[in-house]
Amino acid sequence: MNPTTPWTRLLRHGAVRGGAIVLATLALLGLLAPWLGTIDPAAMDASFINVAAGASGAVTLPDGAQVQHTFWMGSDSVGRDIWSRVLYGTRISLMVGGFTAALAVALGCTLGMLAGYFRAADAVLMRVMDGLMAIPAVLLAITLVAMLGATLPTVILAIAVPEVPRVTRLVRALVIGLRDEPFVEAARALATPDATILWRDILPNALAPLIVQGTFIAASAVLTEAILSFLGLGLPSDVPTWGNIMAEGRVLFSQAPGNVLWPALFLVPTVLAINLLGDGLRDVLDPKFSRRA
Amino acid sequence: MKPHPQQRALGEVLAGAAAGPAAAPSTVLEVRGLQVALPADADRPHAIAQLDVRIEAGRTLCIVGESGSGKSVLATTVMGLLAKGLAITSGDIALGGEPLLQAGRYVPESRLRALRGRVMGMVFQEPMTALNPVLACGEQIDELLRTHTAEGAAERKRRILQVFERVRLPDPERIFASYPHQLSGGQRQRIVIAMAIILKPRLLICDEPTTALDVTTQAEILQLIAELQAEQGSAVLFITHDMGVVAEIADEVMVMHRGTLVEHGPCEQVLRHPREDYTRMLLAAVPGMTPPPARELPGGKPLLQGQGVGKTYTRRDWLGRARHNTALQDASVAVHRGETVGVVGESGSGKSTFARCMIRLIDPTEGRIAWGEREVQSLPESRLRPLRSRVQVVFQDPNRSLNPRRTVGSSMIEGAMNFGMDRRHAQRTAEELMDRIQLPRTALQRYPHQFSGGQRQRLAIARAIACQPQVLVADEAVSALDVSVQAQILDLLRELQRDLGLGILFITHDLRVAAQLCDRVIVMSQGRIVEEGATAAVFGAPAHDYTRRLLAAAPRAELAGAAIGRTACAAAAAAI
Repeated sequence: MNPTTPWTRLLRHGAVRGGAIVLATLALLGLLAPWLGTIDPAAMDASFINVAAGASGAVTLPDGAQVQHTFWMGSDSVGRDIWSRVLYGTRISLMVGGFTAALAVALGCTLGMLAGYFRAADAVLMRVMDGLMAIPAVLLAITLVAMLGATLPTVILAIAVPEVPRVTRLVRALVIGLRDEPFVEAARALATPDATILWRDILPNALAPLIVQGTFIAASAVLTEAILSFLGLGLPSDVPTWGNIMAEGRVLFSQAPGNVLWPALFLVPTVLAINLLGDGLRDVLDPKFSRRA
Repeated sequence: MKPHPQQRALGEVLAGAAAGPAAAPSTVLEVRGLQVALPADADRPHAIAQLDVRIEAGRTLCIVGESGSGKSVLATTVMGLLAKGLAITSGDIALGGEPLLQAGRYVPESRLRALRGRVMGMVFQEPMTALNPVLACGEQIDELLRTHTAEGAAERKRRILQVFERVRLPDPERIFASYPHQLSGGQRQRIVIAMAIILKPRLLICDEPTTALDVTTQAEILQLIAELQAEQGSAVLFITHDMGVVAEIADEVMVMHRGTLVEHGPCEQVLRHPREDYTRMLLAAVPGMTPPPARELPGGKPLLQGQGVGKTYTRRDWLGRARHNTALQDASVAVHRGETVGVVGESGSGKSTFARCMIRLIDPTEGRIAWGEREVQSLPESRLRPLRSRVQVVFQDPNRSLNPRRTVGSSMIEGAMNFGMDRRHAQRTAEELMDRIQLPRTALQRYPHQFSGGQRQRLAIARAIACQPQVLVADEAVSALDVSVQAQILDLLRELQRDLGLGILFITHDLRVAAQLCDRVIVMSQGRIVEEGATAAVFGAPAHDYTRRLLAAAPRAELAGAAIGRTACAAAAAAI
């Protein structure tokens, strides 16, 4: 019997530690953006169009005030500071990742538990999910954004919906396995209501693989959001998202590659860190699927 | 003329006894000073501490012990297949004079691989996991031959069919092309044995090879191993927890406890005149096959009654055509106050389906089920719930019958609270039950994995008792436990029955347990009840053929009684 708690094992795991440190750093950068030498990410100054990294001068803000500012990562074709936009973009990317994962897991978990536990709900629900799975994720997200309009909540919803069937299937499979476990049957024999069984006996035992799946959804959500923005189908182009910055920089890529590369330099480690975290979580929480076990 | 296997076994026993162990020239396996360390956070430092083992050709050494005694670790150590987390700290192992392990270090893996299968074969407990599910059985054995011999394809196939015949598999050609899941448990175990013996290894290691099998299949497999051994002259290292099996097959017995050797000697001596208290305790815990005298029962109206209960599973294919599978047919039972009714049968006999129907965990397709006066066979779950306190259940696997993510206290008060008790009152009941099952009250705050298997089973019983049932259904409730623990659980059940007047429906495949606990038994086979009656009557004078076969197949009915073992031990007993 291993007396160490999951927490200490998590903290000892290299991938978990690495992923968590990178993500925490990114979250801090996003949170502390106003104090890290940034200006309003939407501020355009026509006198600083496409300046090189490191250029500095007095920038006019939208409210008319003038501030001394250094463009650490240069500026874009309408004179906005890339450094500020990338840092503020971190907030959006992490929010999209986190909320999408939470939403997809919440929806998928509910549907999966219903389908797995109640045989009557199974056939109908799973056919709907099969139908959803047949549509490519990005295409479905584009359609939803087009229908609902592009705001942060709708983008999150649009990215989460295509992930729901996968979570549903995972949860359903777990629930079907757990439904016949003796402790669930014992709870039924003790006259425990179904809702309580699902909440107290089944959900906690299905949580580990669910958390792992959640991290992978978060990673792909960050990417999908960037793709949507890059295609001009995500948040409006004045909102500082990494995808928007890259889309804007794409036209002048040959002259000013930084506008694409700087956000990419943040995007790649973010996705990598979340995936590392997910792998580590799987090793620790879900040893059955781990390669180390 | 070739000697009859039994005569030969007897001859070898006598030869061994005459020559003495020191002068045996044909030592097949020799283990000296073996020490295997457990991970640092385990409950003891060593899985095996300073163990010496020696087996001669043609002899069977049984290693007996309860779970955690290190007996399986020994098998995997010899095979060089040690589990992760275990480390050999010292010792030597030699196989037929050739070293496998020297001063705690294995010879190169390539050398071990060449020996595995050819010089030492292994039969595992669970044949389904020992076989590759996506390869046909013949193919799997062919792989072994391809690795170790230079024979052509036709010659290999001939040999495989021959060995299939040798282990008495029906229709070898068909089995050759069958996948493991298409065969029965007994047939799968025969495949594993065929694989282990086809290269005529000098050492055959059997790790609980019959534990997952029914008694009648077990008897056949044991006989098969003994015959093959006599024929090939291999040495057998047989690992088991079952004293009945030991009596059947062993020449010598080693009793292990927590990684150390407790007692070592000839089968006859260890079983009849054990020197150590631990061995005596193990032997005493084995239930006998003779039922105790009948008890006075209060009688009265049945608390749990089933009449003509049946369950048919219907599966429809994609065209909507129905395929019926009858798991249970026309089964009736009545359990009265203070009475224990046993349901015995082999796996697939429908006894578990019967129990589950009786507690309405599955819905019967026909028949009448009454809890007290209330007929419940077709009540919907919502109307059943208030009645559920009357009939409670305890399952086989104590590892899985408590929710691993909840404290046992919270599991324990759940039932009582579902039936309208307030939390404080339920908590008090749970604490009183903890006294009753002899666990500290503070243990209510702990999680299931912090308890041993036996303790968990006691907790599961306490949880069932907490909502004051009239009838307890125990579905193989002691089958997963060591004999000594089994005895404790049976005592607890008896005590609860005496104090609370519980009716018990006891489902088991173990005839010895049924004999000790049950007032009446029901024998099931292929979904039907074939015989029922007072335990003494059924065990003493079985009326049905199937019951007779079942009783005859039970390993060595009485350890202390007349020797009725088939093989060497009986021969030795006769010789001494």
